[in-house]
Amino acid sequence: MDPSLIPEILASSIRMAVPLILASLAGLWSERSGIVDIGLEGKMLAAAFAAASASFYFQSAWAGLFIAILVSLAMALVHGYASINQRGNQVVSGVAINMLAAGLAVVLGNTWFKEGGRTPALSEAMRFMPIDLPGATALADIPVLAGLAKIVSGHSLLTYLALALVPLSAWALARTRFGLRLRAVGENPHAVDTAGISVARLRYQAVIIAGVLCGIAGAYISTSLSASFVRDMSAGRGFMALAALIFANWRAWPALYTCLLFGFLQAIGNFMQGARIGQFEIPVQFFNTLPYLMTVVLLAGFIGKSIPPRASGIPYTKDR
Amino acid sequence: MNKRTLLAAAASLAMMAVSALAADDKPAIVFDIGGKFDKSFNESMYNGAERFKKESGIQYGEFEIANEAQREQAIRNFADQGYSPIIAAGFAQAAAVEKVAKEYPDLKFAIVDMVVDLPNVQSIVFKEQEGSYLVGMLAGLASKTGKVGFVGGMDIPLIRKFGCGYVQGVKAVRPDATVFQNMTGDTGAAWNDPVKGGEITKGQMAQGADVVYAAAGATGLGVLQAAADGGALSIGVDANQNYLHPGKVLTSMMKRVDVAVYNAMKSGKDGTFKSGIQELGLAQDGVGYAMDDYNKPLVTADMQAKVEAAKAGIIAGKIQVHDYTADNKCPAE
Repeated sequence: MDPSLIPEILASSIRMAVPLILASLAGLWSERSGIVDIGLEGKMLAAAFAAASASFYFQSAWAGLFIAILVSLAMALVHGYASINQRGNQVVSGVAINMLAAGLAVVLGNTWFKEGGRTPALSEAMRFMPIDLPGATALADIPVLAGLAKIVSGHSLLTYLALALVPLSAWALARTRFGLRLRAVGENPHAVDTAGISVARLRYQAVIIAGVLCGIAGAYISTSLSASFVRDMSAGRGFMALAALIFANWRAWPALYTCLLFGFLQAIGNFMQGARIGQFEIPVQFFNTLPYLMTVVLLAGFIGKSIPPRASGIPYTKDR
Repeated sequence: MNKRTLLAAAASLAMMAVSALAADDKPAIVFDIGGKFDKSFNESMYNGAERFKKESGIQYGEFEIANEAQREQAIRNFADQGYSPIIAAGFAQAAAVEKVAKEYPDLKFAIVDMVVDLPNVQSIVFKEQEGSYLVGMLAGLASKTGKVGFVGGMDIPLIRKFGCGYVQGVKAVRPDATVFQNMTGDTGAAWNDPVKGGEITKGQMAQGADVVYAAAGATGLGVLQAAADGGALSIGVDANQNYLHPGKVLTSMMKRVDVAVYNAMKSGKDGTFKSGIQELGLAQDGVGYAMDDYNKPLVTADMQAKVEAAKAGIIAGKIQVHDYTADNKCPAE
């Protein structure tokens, strides 16, 4: 392989990792409060559709982002209502959201745009285009720094937003009163309730944060990574984000690293087709399966131990 | 006669009535994964069917496959209702067509991109290598870096056939050129993943490719987009995709699936439907390269003259374009 490709592969890794990072953070907030969120995939998909449709309709990427967040939020609230108020099975509710999003996007898309569920191609004003960081071009002639500039610069605004949200989430969960209470409600909701704090309110707040984050992730997929919505375009990223979350043991920074690693594996899979070690051609499938393999190996207890929040997935009932 | 046999007789009578009702030779079409509006293979078939509907006034049955399990169901369903000819889009439907066509010997079937050897099946195949050769020549002539790319959809011999013809065309005008070849995936999802298609294209452009040919269904939309964003030229496939990014799509490798579908439907109506293999190449206008106002500034008269000369050469048999599917090998890389 040509070593000059390395910066390009790393830049591609970041692009592929962004939706994973955002969805992982969404899962982190939700699951830390005790609400299992299988519906990350569906929320992202619905948001991707909403972003592409709205930015086409309003001719503005920002309008697309805004609507995407609203749509994802609405779905998150449905999930919240089912699992907090109605004490329903959270996995079932999440799966329902996934199916609803996949079907609804295509049906609405076909009704509105008559392109078989696809949205029309978006022009530059309707998308989040790559932005060059100031000074990046000045480094273009310096050997190592030029490569570095290629990795760091030239991403869309949403990428930098996603990266900024990681330390913010880590700090908010670990250092603020809200974060402490949120984590407590995911471990021992009875104790939180005894202290006079509303469990339902905290869990709703977590679900809302997850909704907003999935909305951004969806908008990124359809208006930054590509230029229209296509059926099933989230392509399992929600589940991969869940795997990353488990792998990262429900922590923000490790989740970032895991998502970057998964993004790197995807990028390698795209770039390294037909790569050889001696006479042996490495199958592309190998790279594509690695994220899942790694998660399974971790869950089997070979690498370390992954412990979910104790009350995760269990509906809270006061009187028991 | 007891009650049960009476009921069964009534039921079978009703079924016969239904099939007799529907059997006035209405054609049906089963689209492949990717969907009827993929601006490529399936949409081209759809256009052919629509043309038939407009001219004949006959409604046709249609079904869009969403997963593998639906193929046989969809075809069988149309056969049950007496549709004929039933046209199946895409190589992946071959097994389903073969199975159902055997059970309904009186109905006519057609399959595109694959050969099913049965007396009531028309197999429509294209010489994609010939059309790909011509667009490959254009790519080689238009490239400034001497490096061009190819992004395939699912990794199957059919798509390798596109790639192989393309490479031969590039090398014909530029023997020292480098061609990067990538496939999107190994499952049906590879036809519908523009994000991955775009990433692969960016990768090829990073390696210096300045013309990228997509043969990947809806995934190709991501390829064309990434090329347009990154200042490279792209080549569309199946349908004329030049209009998608005016001035940024060099040309499109046209595969006239629309004509094939139209002919199959029309011959079914006229009673001239022929089974067996129909191979459509440059000579039959089954494949070709697209020229219109959108790509006129990109293709010089000199380039076009060279391609036209090669086209005449291929039709006359003076230029042999190797068919990858003949021996699963490509002489050029």
